[in-house]
This record gives sequence, structure tokens and C-alpha cells, in this order.
Amino acid sequence: MSAVTASTGMPTAVSKGAFDVDWRQIARTGGLLALGLVFIALTGMPVGLDERTVIEPWLSLGLLSLTFLPFVLGYTVGHEKVLEGVAAKAKGARDVVAGAAVGALGGLGLSVLVVLVDNFDLRDPLVNWSPQLVEMLSFDQSVGFGFVAWIAISGALGAAGGALHVLPHQVRRAVVAAILAVLLTAIFESFLTDVIDQLEFLYASRGGLTNVWAVVVFVVAMAVSLSGGGEKLGERRAAYQAASGPAKNRQTALFIAAFSLAMIIIPLVTGKITQELMANVGIFMLLALGLNIVVGLAGILDLGYVAFFAVGGYTTAVLTSPNRGPDWPSWVPTLDGPGGWLIALAVTIVMAIFAGLVIGAPVIRMRGDYLAIVTLGFGEIIRLLFLSDWLGGYFNGAQGITNIPSADFGIFEVKGTDPRSVFYLVMVLAAISIYISWRLEHSRLGRAWMAVREDESVAEAMGINTVNVKLMAFVVGAALASFAGAVFSAKVGSIFPTSFLILVSIVILVIVIVGGMGNIVGVMVGALGLVGVLGGPKQPGLLQEFSEYKLLIYGALLIWMMLNRPEGLVPNVRRSRELHQDEFLQDAWLRGEVDRDESTTEAEASANLADGLGTNGGAS
Amino acid sequence: MTRQEGSTPLLEFRDINTHYGAVHILKDVNLAIYPGELVCLLGGNASGKSTTLKTLLGMVKPTSGEVVLDGEVVNDKPTSYRVERGVTMVPENRRLFKRLSVKENLELGAYLRDDKEGIEADLERIFSMFPRVKERLTQKAGTLSGGEQQMVAMGRALMARPRVLLMDEPSMGLAPALVQTNFELIEQIHQEGIAIFMVEQNANMALSIADRGWVLQTGKVVLDNTAEALLADPDLRRSYLGQAD
Repeated sequence: MSAVTASTGMPTAVSKGAFDVDWRQIARTGGLLALGLVFIALTGMPVGLDERTVIEPWLSLGLLSLTFLPFVLGYTVGHEKVLEGVAAKAKGARDVVAGAAVGALGGLGLSVLVVLVDNFDLRDPLVNWSPQLVEMLSFDQSVGFGFVAWIAISGALGAAGGALHVLPHQVRRAVVAAILAVLLTAIFESFLTDVIDQLEFLYASRGGLTNVWAVVVFVVAMAVSLSGGGEKLGERRAAYQAASGPAKNRQTALFIAAFSLAMIIIPLVTGKITQELMANVGIFMLLALGLNIVVGLAGILDLGYVAFFAVGGYTTAVLTSPNRGPDWPSWVPTLDGPGGWLIALAVTIVMAIFAGLVIGAPVIRMRGDYLAIVTLGFGEIIRLLFLSDWLGGYFNGAQGITNIPSADFGIFEVKGTDPRSVFYLVMVLAAISIYISWRLEHSRLGRAWMAVREDESVAEAMGINTVNVKLMAFVVGAALASFAGAVFSAKVGSIFPTSFLILVSIVILVIVIVGGMGNIVGVMVGALGLVGVLGGPKQPGLLQEFSEYKLLIYGALLIWMMLNRPEGLVPNVRRSRELHQDEFLQDAWLRGEVDRDESTTEAEASANLADGLGTNGGAS
Repeated sequence: MTRQEGSTPLLEFRDINTHYGAVHILKDVNLAIYPGELVCLLGGNASGKSTTLKTLLGMVKPTSGEVVLDGEVVNDKPTSYRVERGVTMVPENRRLFKRLSVKENLELGAYLRDDKEGIEADLERIFSMFPRVKERLTQKAGTLSGGEQQMVAMGRALMARPRVLLMDEPSMGLAPALVQTNFELIEQIHQEGIAIFMVEQNANMALSIADRGWVLQTGKVVLDNTAEALLADPDLRRSYLGQAD
């Protein structure tokens, strides 16, 4: 409906100046905004998160979940690709107008929703089609007020977004940084106060930044950005990437040392919540590092990766817990006491390798989609085996294995009630995993993996035993996953088949994809960003408020990444070049790297076309 | 360099039959490639040319008959065994590992070798043959032009130190001007004493540089003669076009 009103205005738009805008584009973006706002409203996010204050008293997280969108789309509608040789249209009032129009259109969509929700009852299919939604969207006033208010608010925010284009580059960056700083300070309230108690003064007693401090944070962030804080970081990064040889190695070593030191110190100063969070991030980082070898390097889409996590968890549990199933023969020891966990870990790794071989051998002969589907099946089969009555005497079925003791190293004990110790253990294992991954990636086997990933048939023709090589990837991935399983069971103290749902596989895969396939740093960033901020399948993240909408956000993020940044957050140079080859080639051409005489060859080629056809004889 | 009479073939098909499922692809095919010669296999679409190559390399197992390498029946030996003994393929459309660098592509060609010095020496040899490849060494193979990709594909195959090079449609997908250069390259490699078994649709061009040739039609060898004789053969045109007799 909203799209129709806009497109009728389209042909008359021959005017100049502020109204010289692309109405078709506005209609499209506005319609998208309307759909987006209605969708978000019906997910229940605005009402559900209305209690959580961001800036006391006027901005709640619920309100923010709606209002960020007009601002963002108001900006993007004015975003134009600058084409070489085509004069870019000057930025000005027209961008503000476009943003406002988009915002108003989107707002209209939401306004219409308010009226509809008020007059019709569709609660049956749509649970969030509720009076509370109307109440919230009309700001406890009349429906008419809400109707007008949303067009106005959304229009204003769209205009503000469009206005960003008018600002000079420096200022625009500063404003965006300041807005983000305010929002992040507010949203990460519980985290920040957990790390530094003294920060309490920023926030109102019922939560949320106070108005005064919001302004202060805004101004400070803007000042920092304007003084060039962000740019220096960018320069450092560029300098690092440009460096090579010993200089680069030294920088890398320095970075690793600083990072390790930070990983040792941070848990010492933070509270329990943060430590717990970091321990969870670490476990998922371990899992993702393993899957990264399977998916990122060898190109095997394994959707049942959780199976190895489960094997690792259950093996450690069986070997350490007094509450394991009754049917175990007496020669299977219960390893508690100092050092017992290490022996259990060793056995766990062996079992995981065995499981990798058993599951891998039949699966690995398949290719592509078929392989993905079969791994999906095996992932479930393993979980169902642990759940089954058949093996109930060993694994207790749905009751799971409880009373798993903590990992005792004699001088140092890792137990779930002390998340800091778990974190340290995970970091040690992660360091080992990272080292293994890094060495393998640059080995002969690593190169064979990449060859198989790129083109399996040709890899075979090169003499690579593709079945063995793929099986190796599967086995290494399984061993790394078992690390995580062993730590997990010691941390949680009890494991159940429901700890190893298919969702875990998917979350790990999303971490690898979002972080950047085949990139170790990317995987670490992905684990931190997804599990740390949003939370794992069952583990809460920093944004506990969003836990109900976690999977929605995961999905949205995945789609957005695939469309706009398929190489992941931390791109592997290799992948990003492949995925943005057009741009890369264009850049190379501009730098004069691509041979100009290539074009003359093409010209000659077409001139010789007749000849070529002649020599082709009867071939065609 | 042509064949010396009486020498044993490097690679041989003895009454080879292959099936894809129930479909009979190659029918009693006999071929022999002698050391150092340049031979070609001609045939239209779906005549079994690519299957012949895959069977030679062990990627397809014959249902009956023998694949013989250096007088040894290698039916049950894997591809790696044959690559190690000097049988290497340049795949159709070059099929480089696009996201890997040119250097990595070349190194993968030598995947089964572990003589470091030999590999270094062969790299240098390839650079002197194709100076362009050296300039592109760190670039991703997918960003090269068609001609450069062809050079890398040949370089990759040469890195295996082949005694016989199996080439699947080397001129396919190349600009016509490059086709000529490409055949010159093939001759140059042949000059170094490497036997070449070339599968081609471009019959005239292939026969003009080959010693001998076979014509394959729906899985059967219908013509087997010297290149000169085949060029002069009135039947060639007919069978090559796949017209029914």
C-alpha cells in the first residue's frame, strides 16, 4: 500500500534541487523499511524489551529495536556508488528529503499496523498481535496519536540518517562513533559495571544511562573521533598488512604476546559473570577452530560436528564420574584425583579420532550437498545413541551423567564454580589448537586440503589421495572438538543428550562463516562476537535481553553477511579476492598491474576469428 | 622425435571396456603411446575421449581389459601410483585452483615429489619457459588471463616431471589467436622428450603437429593411422562429424 502511494508520485519528479531524488529507489527502500518495522514489531521484540531502559527515561531497548532501522535506511537510500567518469551528484538537501521520505513511508507501515492491531484480532496465528503492542506503539495515548507519531518519528529519523551525507566525512564518522558509543555504553551496562564497579554512577538506579551522562559520553566519543583516534588505529593496521619479512614477524609476535597477556590479566580483574562468559566463548572458540579445518580448509560442509563434541564430553564423563552407567566393566577406571583428568583427556582424544574415522569413512566418499545431509544425519544418530535405552546401561539415557568431578591438576583445579579456572584451561587448549591449525594450514597436508576444496577432481588428478586427505580433516576436526567436550563436561559437571542438539552444530558453523572461513583470527572474532555478545545455544551472552531473539539475530546476521560481506568479519585475503574479484581486478587495472596488451590480444583474436574458424575444420 | 620400432609402449590400453552405471562408454579400445611421441585422440562430443583420459589416469576403473604402464598392468593401482610414474594430466579448461596463488598451484603439481632441489630446478625451468608465470607468482590463479592460465596449467603438469602428458582439449576456451601459441607450446614441451597424448576437437590443428592419431566414435576406435594418412583420409571428416554410416 505504501509503495503504491509513492510510485504514483514518480513520473512527476522532474523537479530540481532538493526534490531531485530517485523516487523509485525511495519507494523500494521505504517499502522495505515498512516491512522491516512491521516484522520486528510482530516478533515481540519492542514489547518484550520495553522494560529495559537504554537512556532513562525516554529510550528503551524495545523502542530502539524499531527506531534504529529508519535511521539506517534513511542513510543507505542516499548512498550512491561513485562511478568512474560519471560526476557524482552533490550531497545536499536532496539526501535529507530522500531519507525523510523513506522514513515516513516506513513509519506509515507501522502506523497502519497499529490501526490494524487495534481493530482486528489476529492473536491466534500471531502471538504478538496484542493490545500491549498497540499501547506501546501509541505511547499510551490514542491510536490516532500513535499513527501520526510514527510517521513523524520515522520520518525525522530517516531525515537524520540522510543528513549524515551532508556532513563532511570527518564529522560524519565522529557522529556515528558517538552514537555507537552511547548505545554500547548503555547496552553493555551489566558488563561494564561487572568489570569496573565504579562505573555505576553513569547509570540510573533502574538501569539505563542518565540523560546527562548520555550527553557526556556522546561529546567525549565525538571529541576522541575528531582528534583522529580511529584513524591511527586504521593506519597501524594498514602498516602491519604492508609489512613483510622479519619486521612483520616481530609485530606478529608482539601482538600475540600482548594478546596472551591480556587473556591472563582480564579474568583477574573482571567479575564472575564476565569470567563465565569468557569460558563459554573459549569452549565455542575451540569447537569453531576444529570446524574451521573441516569446512574452511578442506571445504567439507559438516553439519553434524556436534557429534564429536558429544563423544568428547561423554568419554570424559564416563572416565571421571562415579555416576556413569552401571554396565561398564570394572576395568574401565574412574579417574579422579590429581592428573586423572589429563589421562581422561588423552583417552578422549583417541576416542574422538576413532569416532572421526568411523563416521568419516562412509561419509567422506560423498561430495557437496550429499555429504552435508549425511553428516547432519550422523550428528543426530550419535545423540540418539547416547539417549537410547539400548546404551542406557552405559550412558543413562535422558538422565545423563552427573557428578562429573572438576579437572584436578594437583596444583591447579579447574571447576565449574570457578569460571576463571575454566577460562585458563580453555585458553591453554585453544593455544594448542591454534598452533595445530596454523601448522597444518601451511603444511603439505594443508595445501592438499585447499586443493581438494578448490577442485576435487583436479586434486585427484594431481595424485592427491582425496579420500585420505578428507578423512584426515575430519579426524583432526574431531580431535579438536573433543578438547571442547572434555572441558565442557568438567565445567558443567553433568551432561545430557540435550546438551548436544543440532543447534550446537549450526551455531558453530555460523561462527565459522561469520568470522571468516579458513581464517583463525576470524574464527576467534566470530566466537567472541556471537557467543560472547549474543550467547551460545544455551549459554547466555552479554546481551541477555536478546536471548529470546538470539536465533533470529543469528539468522539475520548470516543473511546480511552472505549478501554484503561473504568473506566474513576478518577476511582471509585469498577468499576476499575471490569473492570480490571484479573490484579486485578493477583496482589492479587502475594500478596498472593488469597487462594492457591483453586487450590488444583480444582484438587480434577477433580479427583472426575467421582464420580460427577455418582451421577448426569440421570440428564444429 | 618419433617412435623407435620395437620399443615397449609407455602407456597402453588392451581391449578396454568401461561403463558408467549400465551405460557402455568405451568399447574394446586399444591404444598405445610410445615414449617421446606426440599422438592425438579425435572425436566428437560424447565419443568417450574424456573417459579415455580418466581411465588412463585411474580415475575411472575399466570393467574389462588392461591398462598397462611400462609393461605393468595397473588396473588396480590408484591415480597417485600412475602420477608418480610419470603420467600427468592437464585438465580440460585448465581448471586451476583459482583461489590459490600461482606458486601454490605449481607446488601442487609436484605434490607427490619430495626432492626439494629437483622441484626448485623444475620451477626455474618453467620460469624460463614462461617468464610471465614468474611475474604472476603471488597472484591468485583465478585472476589470470586465459593465456596465462594455460601456461600455469602446463607448468603445474610439468612440475610432476611427467614422461607422458595427457592433455584434455588444450585449445578449448582459448581465444583463436592463443590456440596457435598453445600448439607451439605443446610442440616445445614435446621437443624436451615428453610424450604427449592429446584429446582434441580441433582435428586439423592437432593432426598438423601429431605423429599418429586415433578417431573415437561412440566409444569405438574407428580410425587408427599416422597423422598424414588421417589428414588425407576422406573417412575422417565423415566419422569425425559423427554422421551415421
